[in-house]
Amino acid sequence: MKRKTKIAIRNLYKIFGPDPDNALAALKLSGLNKSDLMEQTGHVLGLEDINIDIEANKITVVMGLSGSGKSTLIRHINRLIDPTAGEIIFGEHNIVKCSQQELRRIRREEMAMVFQKFSLLPHKTVAENAALPLEIRGLSDKEYMPEVEKWLERVGLQGFGGHHPHQLSGGMQQRVGIARALTSNAEVMLMDEAFSALDPLIRTDMQDLLLQLQEDLHKTIVFITHDLDEALKLADYLVILKDGKVIQQDEPQTILLEPNDPYIIDFISDINRARVLRVRTVMEDVPEDTEVSFSGAVDHEDTLESVIAMSGGDTSKTYLVKDGSKEVGILHMTQLVKSLVPTEASEQDIRSSMR
Amino acid sequence: MATYDFVFSGLGLEDWCNKNGTGRAEPVSMADLMAQSSGKETPPPSLWDIPFPSMDVLHKACEAFPKSRALTKGLEQGFLDIKDSLSLVLDPLTQPLSWALNGTLWLFQETPWWLMIPVLLGVVILVSRSTRLMAFVALSFALLGFIDYYDYAIQTLAVIFVCAFLCVLMGVPIGIALSRSDALQRTAIPVLDMLQTLPPFVYLIPLIFLFSVTEPKLYGIAIILYAIVPVVRLTDLGIRLVDKDVIEAADAFGMTNRQKLYKVQIPLALPNIMAGVNQTIMMSLAMVVIASLVSAPGLGVLVLRGIRNLELGVGLVSGLGIVLLAVILDRTTKLALARINAAQRD
Repeated sequence: MKRKTKIAIRNLYKIFGPDPDNALAALKLSGLNKSDLMEQTGHVLGLEDINIDIEANKITVVMGLSGSGKSTLIRHINRLIDPTAGEIIFGEHNIVKCSQQELRRIRREEMAMVFQKFSLLPHKTVAENAALPLEIRGLSDKEYMPEVEKWLERVGLQGFGGHHPHQLSGGMQQRVGIARALTSNAEVMLMDEAFSALDPLIRTDMQDLLLQLQEDLHKTIVFITHDLDEALKLADYLVILKDGKVIQQDEPQTILLEPNDPYIIDFISDINRARVLRVRTVMEDVPEDTEVSFSGAVDHEDTLESVIAMSGGDTSKTYLVKDGSKEVGILHMTQLVKSLVPTEASEQDIRSSMR
Repeated sequence: MATYDFVFSGLGLEDWCNKNGTGRAEPVSMADLMAQSSGKETPPPSLWDIPFPSMDVLHKACEAFPKSRALTKGLEQGFLDIKDSLSLVLDPLTQPLSWALNGTLWLFQETPWWLMIPVLLGVVILVSRSTRLMAFVALSFALLGFIDYYDYAIQTLAVIFVCAFLCVLMGVPIGIALSRSDALQRTAIPVLDMLQTLPPFVYLIPLIFLFSVTEPKLYGIAIILYAIVPVVRLTDLGIRLVDKDVIEAADAFGMTNRQKLYKVQIPLALPNIMAGVNQTIMMSLAMVVIASLVSAPGLGVLVLRGIRNLELGVGLVSGLGIVLLAVILDRTTKLALARINAAQRD
């Protein structure tokens, strides 16, 4: 299937400091790294040569630790921060170049944002907060109320429309934040560490809510997080950022199986691989002589965790893998278990080869 | 012979100093006369007695050098010179203030007490939603009326009403402008500091030169200049303190600057702005007493009478009246502020 790019980020640079253009020239000329640039010119390198294709109707997760520039990156997509160089192609617009009016129209109608600290208006009710994008467009409350009620119900806040944000818990406040982004009916949703301020149980709830919504709505979502579990759970496509640079971007499973940087290996070393890996990545082709007896059939998109549960831990079993009604491969449980071996051994190889 | 002769001789300025003739034109000091009559020269001053090289001291050494009196005199003369053209501009500009003050004074005084007091109580209950405060206000006015101070109190109230209203009307936009420009804020803060620390009496002096003492705008301007500072400062502060994250969200959803101001910044800065309004009202009350020196009507006149004629009772009772007004105004605005705070507690 061909990927349909919704937003294309091209050669994006951001340098913070008094004279970013000269610092950029120095950076390109001499290939300084982040700390060299800080030392020699006193400029902070925010983002360096970012190239990402954000696929339409999918969740693209940008993951990195604090200071990696991930929040800076997401703010470039709707130009809350102006880049030093580079392009952001969105439809026929180059967001970096478009006029204030055009930018405002895009922010109002095509890109909604959800914030880490919710950023609700404390003096307005939940319904008024959720209605904000429509109110900004100049709609009257008669026009937007049905829409607002629909989305508040969709995020599980029916009956809370008259409350003020401070009367709600953190999780519920972020539901308002999500409802606000949804009422704008924007195709693109930018989520800046949207669940990081919530406690773990509520965070899981919210992740499930987001996945449910995505099943029905198919928005183009850019999700920022510092939590690898969250990234792997949500991502259709994962971008890993370090010191303002993309160090790997691919499907989450590919990153898990073929990490190309010690930094990523550190990250994935204590992850539950069975939950992320899918049957299709470990299956084998259907052999010519089908004398194997199958213990059952699994879907090629199933996670290994679900297959283990199905087998009851019996490693002698073999499953037939199906894509719909088509037989696409077979899965030996032994093969499955092998793929779960942490990359410790291979890790050492990669590490030594990189030094 | 004077201490600092050497300065001028050293600089070769003796000719310039003596160009007005050689003899002393200025009156001679008593000490000099004594010295002359006793036929002795004044002994050379010891190191302890060396005077600071002030204008007056230097004048002794060199007659052409101006005395410090010339400085204040010059300032006065300068002010008098521009006074006519200044009042030509300021007079028509500030005339509406006179009308507003006269009109409101007339309205407050002409309205019979049995209408005025219920109206005031209505305003208090509307703003504060507190029946206890309303009862206190009713009691206070009953007391003031009973001791025949009602007219004075209502005059003071009318003046404060006009001046505080104008302060807010001008102060809030000024505060918003300051919050938007760091350069403007840097230039305005020394002016605000000066307005706030200049002794209130000092405002009155140039104003007396500019306007006739019989005009209400004279004290109106003095009160406004003095009382406008807190509302400007706190509006500026309040808008600058609005949560950056919320502003960012407003930007992300495509608000225009105007929408941001009216839908986000002013509502979120309202607690601070209201605190500024409260301060402004209290400062107008303080100034209205001082402004009675330049014919501001009200309780201040009685305080002044108490001082001038040493009528202790009048001074005390009118002072108490001012305290009552202060408590009423403060409580009413504070309760309004508390209501706003409760509505947007985060």
